[in-house]
Amino acid sequence: MPIFDLSHPADLTAALFPDLLLMGGAMVLLLWAVWRRESAAHQRTIGLASIWLCVATLGAVLYMLFHQGHVTDGPIAADSFRFMVDVIVLLGTIAALALGIDDNDRMGTTTAETHVLMLLASSGMMLMAAARDLMIVFLGIELMSVSIYALAGLNRRSVRGAEGALKYFLLGAFSTAILLYGIALVYGATGTTGLYEIHQRVVELQLGSSPLLLIGMALLLVGFGFKVSSVPFHMWAPDVYDGSPNPVTAYMAATVKTAAFAAFLRVWLEAFNAEIGTWHRAVAMLAIATMVVGNTIGLLQRNVKRMLAYSSIAHAGFLLVAVAAGSMQGASAMLFYLLAYTLATFGAFAVIVVLSRGDAPVTTEDLSGLWTERPWLAVAMAVYMLALLGFPVFGGIGFFAKWYVLKAALQAEEPQIALAVTLVLTTVVSAGYYLYVIMVMFMRPRPANSEAVTPTPGWTRFVMVATAAAILILGIFPDQTVRYVVRGTPRLGAYVPPVKTAPARQAALTH
Amino acid sequence: MERTYLPILLLVGFVVTNAVAIILISHLTLRPRPTAEKQTPYESGMPVLGDARERFSVKFYMVAVLFIIFDIETVFMIPWGAHFRQLSCGTDLVAGVCPTGQLSLFGLWEMLVFIAILLVGFIYVWKKGALQWD
Repeated sequence: MPIFDLSHPADLTAALFPDLLLMGGAMVLLLWAVWRRESAAHQRTIGLASIWLCVATLGAVLYMLFHQGHVTDGPIAADSFRFMVDVIVLLGTIAALALGIDDNDRMGTTTAETHVLMLLASSGMMLMAAARDLMIVFLGIELMSVSIYALAGLNRRSVRGAEGALKYFLLGAFSTAILLYGIALVYGATGTTGLYEIHQRVVELQLGSSPLLLIGMALLLVGFGFKVSSVPFHMWAPDVYDGSPNPVTAYMAATVKTAAFAAFLRVWLEAFNAEIGTWHRAVAMLAIATMVVGNTIGLLQRNVKRMLAYSSIAHAGFLLVAVAAGSMQGASAMLFYLLAYTLATFGAFAVIVVLSRGDAPVTTEDLSGLWTERPWLAVAMAVYMLALLGFPVFGGIGFFAKWYVLKAALQAEEPQIALAVTLVLTTVVSAGYYLYVIMVMFMRPRPANSEAVTPTPGWTRFVMVATAAAILILGIFPDQTVRYVVRGTPRLGAYVPPVKTAPARQAALTH
Repeated sequence: MERTYLPILLLVGFVVTNAVAIILISHLTLRPRPTAEKQTPYESGMPVLGDARERFSVKFYMVAVLFIIFDIETVFMIPWGAHFRQLSCGTDLVAGVCPTGQLSLFGLWEMLVFIAILLVGFIYVWKKGALQWD
């Protein structure tokens, strides 16, 4: 068991090794990308190299997950929560890169930097998962957001793309400012930005009713609310998701949400743990509003990407239920849910990559009768829809994800009956649009004038097969998955040295 | 503690009084004798050409953004330079000097890593052709 003393630069570097590997690799790839002339072949090469870099980082993360060391109190955590979030983020990144290679080919995008930007955004997300200090949270969010602002505007010639990118940039900058103001006020109230130190000072100095702290917490909640697109801070999501290229939309809907929720949960459970009575009601109200609005407006959508955007808002609501539970069980339920949600979302967007033509939106009309023309594509889409819905057996892991969130809500210290009831009822509502897609695919005839669906490109096929298989197979063995995920709780509190540390280091620690 | 803010209060008071006084005095002692020349936006005698809200070439924005990057570098380097003695010392400074045998390369490496990252960006910009005006 290695012990990372975060006051030593070498140990800090070691504790951050996977993150640094991804960042350093991304910079090498950036130079490689720009060294050659832009071409479709070069774009594919860089995409493939990016995927391999992610696989290497995934290896490093898994190594650290299974050989977990202890870290001293500091800005970085090295618990299983961090590494499991990293695994979900990296799997999502690999899927987004794979879809990106094919989508770039299809759209005629030859810039290889798109892959590098995704890698940089992912390294920011990994930093968010690791952060135990509000400044590191902020650094991670910025690294992630700035890369994604550029990715969202990739369709330069599309008006909808430009509108979405501008909206995302303005609202993202706005929400970041609110978040930063919240951080400043929390710092003003407690005199520290370290998450655990905030908790300690709130308890010691009895700051529970300090207006500075309360306003700071409210602003942080608004800032994170924007990042996870919870109602009423969701307005940007449908336009941005609709305008961005398909792989980027999937990446924003699944992976960005994963990282934002990871940071959200750690800040809330660690820094404001003693304040649960104060924030609980606010988070619960956000969760209920998000579930109700996301699912009901989703019913009205006929553009599949917008429908998935509202579905992603609704899922943010389900995830907020896990946060509102305020328990370790909630944290692991959230991880499990994020895994299932990431798999299903990337699968669904892989189908959209196949169906989309140029800049025109994919509507449910394009899906009708898909079963008669491309049966396997229709079956795969059905699996993803059922997984998003949380349907038993055919929805695989999606059902268990909802089940564990529900269980966490009901087994919290104060059982969250209202949240659980809303979760179940809005899930029934969401069947209205998920099952509609399936109904259209299998029971409507193919319109006579519809063009033939283009053959599925190789990488998209890989993403579809991998996600569908993972959803179904993990759905058969949920216990094994849960056994791993349950360990993925954030380790809160102060560092307790497990063994005797060397005297020099001890002196450095007390100093 | 409140007294420490007194100079700021004095400054604010001075600025406000001064501004109000200048506007008030020039308003009270004003003798308006407008001529066509005086009514033009700029009294320098240059005729106004077109609208100021024109489209500018994107290159100007590119230069501005690149300037910011290197500007930020300087903003970061100045505090680093001011603390360099402490950063390159393993323990606390004694009377502003590092005790013998305690020198470390930490501070140097920190800045080298930062500059290397910036350099990657610079090479990228260069190879991409953003520095070429035509």
